[in-house]
Order: sequence, then C-alpha cells, then structure tokens
Amino acid sequence: MTALRALLVRDMRLAVRVGGGALIGVLFFLIVVTLMPFALGPDLALLARIGPAILWLGALLASLLALDRLIAMDHEDGSLDLILTARVPLELAVAAKAIAHWLTTGLPLVVVAPLLGLLLNLEPKATGAVALTLLAGTPALTFIGLIGAALTVALRRGGLLLAVLVLPLTVPVLIFGVAASNAAVVGPVPFGTPFGILCALTLMSLVVGPFAAAAALRHGLE
Amino acid sequence: MTLVDLANPSRFLAFTDRVLTWLAAATLLAFALGLSQVVAAPDDYQQGATVKIMFIHVPAAWLGIFAWALMSIAALGTLVWRHPLADVAAKAAAPIGAAFTLMCLITGALWGRPMWGTYWVWDARLTSVLVLFLMYLGVIALWRTIDDPTRAARATAVLTLVGAINLPIIKFSVDWWNTLHQPASVLRLGGPTIHPTILAPLVTMAIAFTLLFLTLHLGAMRNEILRRRVRTMRMLQASAAAGH
Repeated sequence: MTALRALLVRDMRLAVRVGGGALIGVLFFLIVVTLMPFALGPDLALLARIGPAILWLGALLASLLALDRLIAMDHEDGSLDLILTARVPLELAVAAKAIAHWLTTGLPLVVVAPLLGLLLNLEPKATGAVALTLLAGTPALTFIGLIGAALTVALRRGGLLLAVLVLPLTVPVLIFGVAASNAAVVGPVPFGTPFGILCALTLMSLVVGPFAAAAALRHGLE
Repeated sequence: MTLVDLANPSRFLAFTDRVLTWLAAATLLAFALGLSQVVAAPDDYQQGATVKIMFIHVPAAWLGIFAWALMSIAALGTLVWRHPLADVAAKAAAPIGAAFTLMCLITGALWGRPMWGTYWVWDARLTSVLVLFLMYLGVIALWRTIDDPTRAARATAVLTLVGAINLPIIKFSVDWWNTLHQPASVLRLGGPTIHPTILAPLVTMAIAFTLLFLTLHLGAMRNEILRRRVRTMRMLQASAAAGH
C-alpha cells in the first residue's frame, strides 16, 4: 500500500513541478474556450445554448493533450522498468498513476469550468450541471486515455496516434456528458438519466482502463 | 492434415495455394446467383427499386462487424493462446473490415438521401458504425506505426479487444435508442420479418459477400506471411553485409 501511495505522491509532485503539466492543461482549456466565440460569433444566446458542448470539448482536448506525459515520461527516464518489475501489481500501479494524473490535470479543469462558463454566458443551472458532469466524466477521460498512452508509450512521436486511438473510445463519455448538461437546463429528460449512465461509464473505465493498459505495457514493451 | 497443422506458416501457405482458387470461383458463382436473384426480386411498394441498395448495404454492415469479431478472436489467439498465425489473421482482416464498413456507410448514405431526405443523421446506429470505422483506422494506424511485427501484434490485440465493446452497442443501438435507422428485421428473436422474396436474395448476397471476405482474407494473410519472410531475409542480408 505504501508503494502505491509513494507512486501517487511522486506523480503528483512531478506533475506540479516539471513543465507545469497541471496548469498548462487549464491554460489550453482557456484558450480553446476563448477561440470558440471567434469562430462562432459573439451571439450570447447561441453561446449559452452550446456552452456545455464547448466546455466539454475543451476539457476533452485538454485532457487528451496531457496524456503524453502519463507514461511516456517514465519510459524515457527508465522508471517504467522499475514499475514493471516491482512487486506491486501493474494494474494497481497504472491506476495509481492515472489517479494522480486526474488529480493534477483533470480536477483543475473541473474547477476552472464554472469561470469559463461566465465567458460563455451560461446560466447558473447550466454551469453547475457542466461542472458536475465534468467531475464525473473527466476520470473516464483519464482512464480511457491511459489505454492509449500505454499502447503508444514506446513510439517516439506517438502524440497524434494517441489522439486517434483514444478519441473514438471517449465518444460515449462526451455524448452523455453533454446530454446530462443539456438535460439540466432544457428538455424533458431528467438530469439523473444521462448522468447515471455517465457515472456508469466512468466506473467501467476505472476497471477496463488499468487492465487494458497493464496488458498493453506487458506485451508491448520488450 | 489436421487443423492444428495450419498453425505452421509453410503448411498454411500450401493450404491457401490449394484452396484460394476454389474459394474465388465459389465467390464468383455466389455473386452471379445473388445478383440474378437481386434483379429478379420485386420492387418495394413504397421505395421502388431503391430498396435493392439493401442487398449491398446489409451484407456490408454484417461483414464489417464480423471482421472486428474475427479480429477480437484473433487478438485472444495472440495474447492468450500464442497462436503463430493469429496476428497475421488480425492484420489481414483490418483493412478488409474497414472497407466493408465504409461501403456500409456510403451505401447507407446513398439510400438515406431518397428515403429519409438526408445523407446523414446522428442517430445511435449510424454514429456507432462511424465510430467502428474510426477504430478500424486506428488499429491500422497502430499496426503501421510500430516497427516490430510481434510487438505491434500484441499492442493491436489489446486495442482490438477494448474496441470490441462497440459491437453489442451497434447491434442493440436500434433497440436501446429511438433511432431513424430501422430496427432489426432479420437477426432478431421471433425470426425475420422480411418477406421471403426479399429475404432470399439478401441471404444469397450475404453468403456471396462472406465468401468474398474469406477469399480476400486468406489472400491477405498469404501476402502478410510472404511480406514478413521478405523482411526477415532483408534483415539477414543487411546483417551479413555488415559482417556480423
């Protein structure tokens, strides 16, 4: 247990220190949300209507870009070999890394989302719904991204391939995240229905992600 | 010669040499029979002759899903049973499955324009098949990006198994969601709801397409085995030239 906790703390420290991985994701999120009105026009009513979708897409892309650092960094400096040969089960080790990654890159996105909702003229109910769905959905994005990161760990410039592999798998999370956000504001569907499915997707990814990533690491590295 | 002997690549190549011509001939025959049945089939009272797109669209959809299922079993063969030719089967099936899925999407769009008034709609069935197509492209990309075939085989095996979750979603999408795409008419509890005059050509075309898939698949497996032999020979030649 202490080994896992040490791994978690180490990853969190590295994410906060090295290269500012934690805050760069938030910065990218801000930039994406700022770009949208330039493309869509400043019509506030329109922005309010598609605001949840913009926030969800921004969060998805921001967490996608941060995935590069999840396993590849350890592969480069050799600590991945230590993790692979440690007595801790590999599934738990990668799960600990993913939790650390979510705490340092996913959770800041959730915290910042309400502020960005102000930029998009979201009403308070929508902002709350988006923040809640992001809180439930960003772990799914991290754990699904974990699979892609493990598959592309040994590739030198695997960044774009990582996106190609991960994005189709995150489509259901995106669909239900936005559906839940919209259901809270408008629409006959109660918020709980898509939100429940979103939570189910996250729980499923918490299990499937580490097992698939561990299998990919074991088989994919010599 | 038992089935397990086919795990030997040389014996497998000998097997394909014998079988491939007959398979190709059977495919041509099946297509000839199927197309004659398609031409003879009656027009739909609402859709007219456009309904005959179904005889390409539905088998292509079935085979696109079947190819991924085949790849998933091959992935298990690579990861669990260490079958020597499992990764060759998976690598060969991916582009063929992608082509069938693309054909399903395109014929569906061409059919949707006169029927629904739109080429595309974001309902559950169409979206999940599009996601399947994207996953096919992802697997093909991963195959090409990793140099060593054995490592690539295992990585793509993991990815294929993760993507297999999409298959039941596609199948049951028309039941779980309110979709524009029509519900299941053939493979459902309670039997098919299509009239035999239209069901018979559909089944024949499905058999023809399956034979086509098998022919292309065996041919592609053959090519992949030969390609790996060429690669090995090149590597041996390079290391001999370097004086090792």
